[in-house]
Order: sequence, then structure tokens, then C-alpha cells
Amino acid sequence: MLGSAIIVFRETLEAALIIGIIAAATRGVAGRNHWMIAGIVMGLAGSAAVAAAAGSIVGMASGFGQELFNAGVLGIAILMLAWHNIWMSAHGKELGNRARETGREISDGKRECSVLFAIIALAVLREGSETVLFLYGIATAGGESAYTMFIGGLLGLIGGIAVGLALYVGLLRIPLRWFFGVTSLLVLLLAAGMASQAARLLVQADLLPSLAAPLWDTSNFLPPDSIIGTLLHSLVGYDARPSGMQMLFYAVVLVSISIGMKLTSKPQRSF
Amino acid sequence: MKKLLLLSLMLQTCLVYAADTEFNLVIREHRFEPAELIVPTGKKIKLLIENKDSTPEEFESYALAREKVIPGNSTATLYIGPLKPGRYPFFGEFHESTAKGVVIAQ
Repeated sequence: MLGSAIIVFRETLEAALIIGIIAAATRGVAGRNHWMIAGIVMGLAGSAAVAAAAGSIVGMASGFGQELFNAGVLGIAILMLAWHNIWMSAHGKELGNRARETGREISDGKRECSVLFAIIALAVLREGSETVLFLYGIATAGGESAYTMFIGGLLGLIGGIAVGLALYVGLLRIPLRWFFGVTSLLVLLLAAGMASQAARLLVQADLLPSLAAPLWDTSNFLPPDSIIGTLLHSLVGYDARPSGMQMLFYAVVLVSISIGMKLTSKPQRSF
Repeated sequence: MKKLLLLSLMLQTCLVYAADTEFNLVIREHRFEPAELIVPTGKKIKLLIENKDSTPEEFESYALAREKVIPGNSTATLYIGPLKPGRYPFFGEFHESTAKGVVIAQ
């Protein structure tokens, strides 16, 4: 039971952290909750579909369908996070004011909601399909242990959600003055970390060269399977033995989004 | 059974010198066979993992920085290395208590 709880916890954690950050970052956006729930439901439905098709996905693209699919999901998520951050750097102030004054329509707010929906659906999809496969495996294997393992899985799920919720609540306590700065930074690092993960998948499929691998090795100093290592992996893309290609992807995404944010944050309009 | 193992071992040594340096792992009853895979250093290696169980497994290795889901009764391919001499543990995340192994680069 503990084993399955840990597995599901690990798989849920990343999606839960992403949702926690995005939920905080979009505070004040009208209709946000509906879009978030829709994103989670869509992500779960997608997970079930991907898990069901896992057999054929594995065989696609001469055996590297899984890597391409996941790298594609990560790529779209990075674009959405970039859009979100650049949008936020233009509208953050407005949203801050809006926390007090209600009823004001924000230009582009609708589009931000669909971006939010997509980010959450993609986060749930990526982690969810593995969880569905794992739980499906337990269910089909049957036996008397199946029931307790399933309960364990549920506990792991609750644990992951609890951590995401804790992060959300913690972020909301940050004073409004720094709030958008902090959440933007978190989203920025999240996107860069995803880029590094995408690079790792493409190297694994031999579609990209690794450039030097590993570039460094900090697995003794901060093991990737430790609690802090796992959290840092999900939040900022920590990897104990990254390849050169991963670092390149990380840096390119980090710099490009930062430039985009700088360009849009210049006060051009007054509200 | 012994003969079969010997045969597969011989086949493996033949495949070592194929264009892509290929190695095979089999998952059976939530265990990796062989549990110790000896590979050459400094070479990119194509690893074929055949899951003979009906349940899915996830090949995962922190040391190799690799992660891949292998559905039941199917084969997955991934590339590892080039590796420096050393031991690179891996495990099956869905059955971590039994599915354990190590890639030894020498």
C-alpha cells in the first residue's frame, strides 16, 4: 500500500505544484476557478485516452512516440507559460488593483483563461497518464493486494494535492507588492525546467545530441530522489546529472521569456 | 533453459558489434533479466527493453537520467550513454521492490 502511495504521490506532485503556482499566479482573473476545474477534468480525460493508447504510442515514430508526444506536450506547455508570464507583466498591476475593486473587465482576460485551462490540462495529462497506467496495471493484475494498493494510490493522490494546495496557500500570503514578481519568477523557472525535461527526452530518443553528458554530477550532494531533489526538480527543473543540451534548452527558454517580459512591462497604457 | 540462456548470451555478444551498439533487457514477473547489464564505455547504446508481463512498467534511472513507460507485452527502445566507467542503477518504478538492475560500463 505504501509503495503505491509513494508512486502516485510522486506522479501527482508535479502536476499539483504546477496547478498551485498557476492558481496563485492567476489570482484575480475573472472566471478562473471554472477554467481550472475544466482543465483538470480535460487533463484526466486525456490521461485515460493516452493510457489506453499507450501501446500504440510507444510503437510510433520508430519506437520513440512516447518521447515525441511528451516533448510536444512540454513544448506547448512552455509556450502557454511564456504567454501567461508576458501577459502578466503587462496586466499584473491591473489585477492587483482588481483584487479590491470588482466588476472591471480586463482586456484579454478571456484569452488568459484559455491559456490557464491549457496549462493545467497539459500538466494533468503528462503526469496523469502514467498514474492511470499504473493503477490500471494493479486493477488487471487482481489478487487480494489490488484493493489495498488502490487505496494506497488514492492516499498518494490526496498527498500530492495537499502539497499543491499548501504551496497555493503559502503563495497567497505573499504581500501584493511582491506577489506578481514571485509568481512570475516561479512560472519562468517552471517553463525553463520543462524545456530541460523536453531536451532530455529528445536526447533519450537520439533525436538530439546530448552535447556533454553529464555536464556535472551533484547526485551525492543533492540526490534527485530525495524530497528536496524531487521538489526542486518539479519547481525549477533540478537535475543531478544534466546534459549540455538540457542546459542549453533551459537557458534559451529562460532568456527568451525574460526578454518578452521586459519588453511588455514598460508602462505604455494607464488604467 | 540453460541452453536458451547461453544462446541469448551468444546472440547478445553478436549484436554488440551491430551498427548501433544494441543491448536487450527483458522484464518478466516484474524483474529485469539480466539484472546486471555490462556495456562498453564511451559509446552510445541502444537499449531494447521487452516487457513480457501483461502489466505496464516504467524503466527509470536517476544515474542514467532516463525514464520510459513500457506497456504490457511490448518492447520499448531508448538510448543511453556514452558512459564513463561505473555502475548505473535502474529500476522499474511500478514494481520497485523486485524490478531492480544495474548497467555496468567497463
